[in-house]
Amino acid sequence: MLNTLLARIQQKHRTIAFPDGPPPPLPDRFAGRPVIHPERCPSGCRCCADACPVGAIRQTDRLRLDLGQCIFCMECVAACPHHHITFSRDYRLAARKRTDLYLENPDEFRFAAALDHHARRLFGRSLKLRQVCAGGCNACEADVNVLGTVGWDLGRFGIQFVASPRHADGLLVTGPVPENMRQALLKTYEATPSPKLVIAVGACAISGGIYNGHEEVHNGVCDLLPVDLLIPGCPPHPLTILDGLLRLIGRIDKNKT
Amino acid sequence: MSESTASGRFSLSNGQSASISQTPVMGMASFQETVLHEVEDGARISAMFGQPVDGGNIRLWAILSQDRQSLLLPLCTETDADYPALTPHCTQAHGFEREIWEQWRIRPQGHPWLKPVRFHAPYRSESAGTSDAAAPEIGVMPFFKVEGEEVHEVAVGPVHAGIIEPGHFRFQCYGENVLHLEISLGYQHRGIERHLTSGPDPRTLHYMETLAGDTTIGHTTAYCQILEALSGTGISVRAQVLRGIALELERIANHTGDIGALAGDVGFLPTLSYCGRIRGDVLNMTAVICGNRFGRGLVRPGGAGHDLDTALRHELQQRLNAVEKDLSVAVNLLWKTSSVMARFEGAGAIRREDAEMLGLVGPVARACGLERDVRNDMPHGIFQFTQIPVSTCSSGDVMARAHVRWLEIQRSITFIREQLDSMPDETVTTPLSPLKPDHIAVSLVEGWRGEICHIALTDRQGRFAAYKIVDPSFHNWFALAYALRNQQISDFPLCNKSFNLSYCGHDL
Repeated sequence: MLNTLLARIQQKHRTIAFPDGPPPPLPDRFAGRPVIHPERCPSGCRCCADACPVGAIRQTDRLRLDLGQCIFCMECVAACPHHHITFSRDYRLAARKRTDLYLENPDEFRFAAALDHHARRLFGRSLKLRQVCAGGCNACEADVNVLGTVGWDLGRFGIQFVASPRHADGLLVTGPVPENMRQALLKTYEATPSPKLVIAVGACAISGGIYNGHEEVHNGVCDLLPVDLLIPGCPPHPLTILDGLLRLIGRIDKNKT
Repeated sequence: MSESTASGRFSLSNGQSASISQTPVMGMASFQETVLHEVEDGARISAMFGQPVDGGNIRLWAILSQDRQSLLLPLCTETDADYPALTPHCTQAHGFEREIWEQWRIRPQGHPWLKPVRFHAPYRSESAGTSDAAAPEIGVMPFFKVEGEEVHEVAVGPVHAGIIEPGHFRFQCYGENVLHLEISLGYQHRGIERHLTSGPDPRTLHYMETLAGDTTIGHTTAYCQILEALSGTGISVRAQVLRGIALELERIANHTGDIGALAGDVGFLPTLSYCGRIRGDVLNMTAVICGNRFGRGLVRPGGAGHDLDTALRHELQQRLNAVEKDLSVAVNLLWKTSSVMARFEGAGAIRREDAEMLGLVGPVARACGLERDVRNDMPHGIFQFTQIPVSTCSSGDVMARAHVRWLEIQRSITFIREQLDSMPDETVTTPLSPLKPDHIAVSLVEGWRGEICHIALTDRQGRFAAYKIVDPSFHNWFALAYALRNQQISDFPLCNKSFNLSYCGHDL
């Protein structure tokens, strides 16, 4: 017993101050939201689009980067001879609509808006989620899991992961949704009582990610279920996931850093 | 068709390539005889797989690891339909023969457990012409059943209670006691191996980084060693050091998480909460090197994607000291708590001879007393120049699996500390030459779960004619079922966590 108490004192209090205080420091080499400058691109240049392994960059009449497909490998940065693509340190990536993830301008990003008044009354102070891994590689899962540790302490916002869809207010889905998981995912959704939310975490869940186009997968959850929040990344940093969840329940102001 | 003799058989070392013509196609009988003889003599089946060849035949490959000699023995034979199964005589072949049957419809006759592995459509139709090309329905197969008045069945999954990957577990119970557990996977199947054929292409490297996201460094290193072997590229020692540091950080992070989760599964919350946080601190150390907590972008063909300057090395040393201090307190608390020990000791024990028979790898094998570690047996990269002692335990139970992890964490910390202090002043990338045509390369890495095995065969253009990935979980899943026999079903979460196997690494 004494050992346990001494260990407790040694380990100290470690919960981050965010969102009331500053966010925890990110590593120097962290890659956040990409910034593109289509207005500067010479016409006909396709260097970045050709270099992207997942086809997240379209270069038709104007350059467009799909944040929901991007795996943050930065092949495009290396490929652009004009340095018109950079990755910022901005960890805020979550959006409410799939189309909000299409980046076309350097300064414009529609941050995830909070739920409407009615939904916030239901979920704003108590949001119970059932996590469904559908082909996820265990990286998104690990960084969702980490939010439950003492460092992040997701429970202080009333957000909790529960063991049954019957106890849940929504699903948090990771992975590209293999055909072999489609039925289990849909059944879990049906088993969740309405009204309910669906949150897609990671490039795979949003678009299939690197597995986009494989006949074994469904390119994520967006074509199968109505999605309320999309959190890009491969995997998204825990801070990115937390930021998205808190924006959804209205715990972070619209454009707050 | 040439036959080779038992003496003078061609072998490879880890991370080496050779012309495929050096491995003659053997007759089926001679192939099987050789596999059985070598396994009896202490070799392990690191991989078995099928490759379609001209004329509609399937070439069966077996890669045997001769740990004592640090050699890999590639063997092959050809068949167009059925063949007598190896499994009845050699348990290690069990999963591989099921996999070959599922992919290529080559039936191992007499296989005692011929059921789907990943539930996908076969890659070619049955040679007899019957049309069974559709994928079987996931999870639908004849499960092993125990009958009796008081026997009951418990089905768990694919969706589990925690934040965990999907898989199905079917228990046959008599009261609390588990008579038998059958594990049916495939829910995570994304078709990775099929998409690797005719590569490498721009996606290949990223498949490697995400085929098991908690083992990004392990699998990507195995893949890069394949490319370097096939192109005859030697990478700098500095790059080898960086890969070694990243591999050991991956081991520390995951072992730390596992020890914490084991504490959680017996209701000992202090170690659970400390280890959960410390695991994050270790992941953040990997992010110091490459910006990503799982090591994406760190290991690259020809070397490493990032380098460390003096300031970053100093920072990593500081962080390592802090992790070591906090972790010692958190983990030593476990060993001093008798209620924890009472649950760990004797739970889910596997005997050494069974571990050998099943061909187990990694900490699970070492917890049964087997001195089996790629870093020691088949050293490649930085492990050729420095040795990490092999951590073993003899009791084969949850306690042993926890203890081996703790020993490995401490030894990995020592290793990283030494390596950070002695990085040679060199570049970290070496350009790759084109891949040699008609070659075979085998690459082994001791990932945190155990032996990762990648094999590539190139065609006449130097592209992948076949690429085989064996995650350590593929060897070890069966051991979990084995460990549960005559255990209480309420100990399943604890036993499962003590293995912590990969679903996506298995399902690919």
